[in-house]
Amino acid sequence: MSHVSPAAPGPSFAARHLLGIEHLKPHEITEILDLADTYVDLNRRPEKHSDVLAGLTQINMFFENSTRTQASFELAGKRLGADVMNMAMQASSIKKGETLIDTAMTLNAMHPDLLVVRHPHSGAVDLLAQKVNCAVLNAGDGRHEHPTQALLDALTIRRAKGRLHRLNIAICGDIAHSRVARSNLILLGKMENRIRLIGPPTLVPGDFAEFGAEIYDDMREGLKDVDVVMMLRLQKERMDGGFIPSEREYYHRYGLDAEKLALAKPDAIVMHPGPMNRGVEIDGTIADDINRSVIQEQVEMGVAVRMAAMDLLARNLRAERMEQAG
Amino acid sequence: MTTLFLNARLIDPEAGTDAPGAVLVADGQIAEILPEGTQAEQLFRARNIDPEKAEVVDCGGKCLAPGIVDIGVKVCEPGERHKESYKTAGLAAAAGGVTTMVTRPDTSPAIDSPETLEFVTRRAQADAPVNVLPMAALTKGREGREMTEIGFLMDAGAVAFSDCDHVVANTKVFSRALTYARSCGALVIAHPQEPVLSAGAAASSSKFATLRGLPAVSPMAERMGLDRDIALLEMTGARYHADQITTARALPALERAKANGLDITAGTSIHHLTLNELDVADYRTFFKVKPPLRSEEDRLAVIEAVRTGLIDTISSMHTPQDEESKRLPFEEAAAGAVALETLLPAALRLYHADLLDLPTLFRAMSLNPAKRLGLPSGRLAAGAPADLILFDADVPFVLDRFTLKSKSQNTPFDGQRMQGRVLATYVAGTPVFRRD
Repeated sequence: MSHVSPAAPGPSFAARHLLGIEHLKPHEITEILDLADTYVDLNRRPEKHSDVLAGLTQINMFFENSTRTQASFELAGKRLGADVMNMAMQASSIKKGETLIDTAMTLNAMHPDLLVVRHPHSGAVDLLAQKVNCAVLNAGDGRHEHPTQALLDALTIRRAKGRLHRLNIAICGDIAHSRVARSNLILLGKMENRIRLIGPPTLVPGDFAEFGAEIYDDMREGLKDVDVVMMLRLQKERMDGGFIPSEREYYHRYGLDAEKLALAKPDAIVMHPGPMNRGVEIDGTIADDINRSVIQEQVEMGVAVRMAAMDLLARNLRAERMEQAG
Repeated sequence: MTTLFLNARLIDPEAGTDAPGAVLVADGQIAEILPEGTQAEQLFRARNIDPEKAEVVDCGGKCLAPGIVDIGVKVCEPGERHKESYKTAGLAAAAGGVTTMVTRPDTSPAIDSPETLEFVTRRAQADAPVNVLPMAALTKGREGREMTEIGFLMDAGAVAFSDCDHVVANTKVFSRALTYARSCGALVIAHPQEPVLSAGAAASSSKFATLRGLPAVSPMAERMGLDRDIALLEMTGARYHADQITTARALPALERAKANGLDITAGTSIHHLTLNELDVADYRTFFKVKPPLRSEEDRLAVIEAVRTGLIDTISSMHTPQDEESKRLPFEEAAAGAVALETLLPAALRLYHADLLDLPTLFRAMSLNPAKRLGLPSGRLAAGAPADLILFDADVPFVLDRFTLKSKSQNTPFDGQRMQGRVLATYVAGTPVFRRD
């Protein structure tokens, strides 16, 4: 069966790439989320196939390990009818000394239409996007941005809370190393929410205050009356020494447990981008509490948001090609 | 050989004046500074000069200043001649008004023995049209473990000792090297930076670096490095020059050290004077330098320190990098920018912005570096070498990096509007560059 997207009211989302939230306007964010809502419906049907990307080639280039983001992008592409190829870049050309740009040029010569890229260095996806002729989606670059994660979080919040503005949202944990935190901070700020960043000062640098966020190093203080509690994973692999004394002290002070969560609003939701370290940043029973935790919904929204983003970029790509063809 | 520069706007950094006048050059030296309105024929008659053997240059009211003495130029010989050779660096220097290049030893291998120093001296003499004075490494291989043969290297012509951007982290090694250097009367040029704190940093910590997700270092790391070095100077009494002071926070320490009578001077780079961290924008790697570009507040504080003389010298910190080492993600890209040809036009931005006048600029670019190295140049006075530049301070142009004479064209000023450029460069009275 074919899925028909609602007609967009005029040319609003006109971007060539999705490299970050920084360059999106609020109405563009809303447009992506509105379209994603329709894909949530599609994904819940027994027949989930659409052909809006039929004939297009999607390449997932992951220079960094990923299971869930890559699977989500792959499924999103396949549900929309694209030809999807996964490339685990760690294992291939990088080891042979090829530069990022050469790799990009090589792939470009194969005429992909959508390139989904994750890279361990901030800005690497921007650099790559300058060198290729297709639409590029940033699936996470260094500690810079992870736009589709922020969009799926926004969709999850909007569906759970009925709105995406004037909410008190706490982002907790390892902010410094987190691209998810940066993208969320920018997106939720653009949509006019109040944001609190909670964590030890080694993981929440003071520069974040300049983004208009309130910073708390006392989690109990910070969680008071919030609508949304967003936990982050402690990124042990990005730490080059001594940010926290131990995991057990971290859990004691900054792990989300029932007692700390009780300080938030009674209907506050709990989010986590995954993968979780149970017992380090979040108590297992909270993560599994279907009344509070929307962690499974986040995964579901992830596929829908990525379908919406690729659909919109493909429309712009096709329009651009029509124009070039005269 | 006699040359008379008439109708010039003389920039005298020693007297601090910017006034019309004329200059008589004979036998490679400045023979006389003459007043406005000097007539060639009258002067030649009065001085018994044969007009047939003398050249008269009408400067047309343009600026005549002592040539730039640039401490810290990287020429990539030996090791990376594809990035820059003595020939191309020399041509770039001549076109940029740099009459003396003081070259860095951070080559591959490092210039840390009299033999390698002799090699580069030979290459420089054969190929470069401007004066070249080499620096040598302070420790072998710039590894911070064993001091180099400072005495032999001085005999071979080393004018200063520096491990460049490698900080000698071992304080015991550094204090011994400073003590030994003092006994030889050698000048040590260091990079004030706390090396562990700044390891891996690609930006200065700030809102901008946070937004871009770049690994960043606090500007405090520069002050910590300087504080340590100053303590060691108190201990050893060595002659010391900080290569680049780029932050407001390091300035009070520098001021105190000078007031306490330590033999300390400091420089800064033209990029830190004319650019700030925001210029990096969307990860533009041509703006990646070391230390990283700072905030606007830091930039203005450093300009003010140049104005007051607290910071003594301005350098190009000319660092050629090929395209391949810059076409990488920002964190992985090589640091450094070429600047021999853009040093003067960039410095003139400060003049046009009414931040620094021309005598102050040339005090920092010509007079002070020459004084610190004990050179007779850098002055507009009788008896000084006739290393002179004639430049138009006002002519506008748009920089096209592919017109640069360096082998590498990694300049942050590509495509930018600039104002003022060199018309002619003279080394010991001989023209080495003339703009057509």
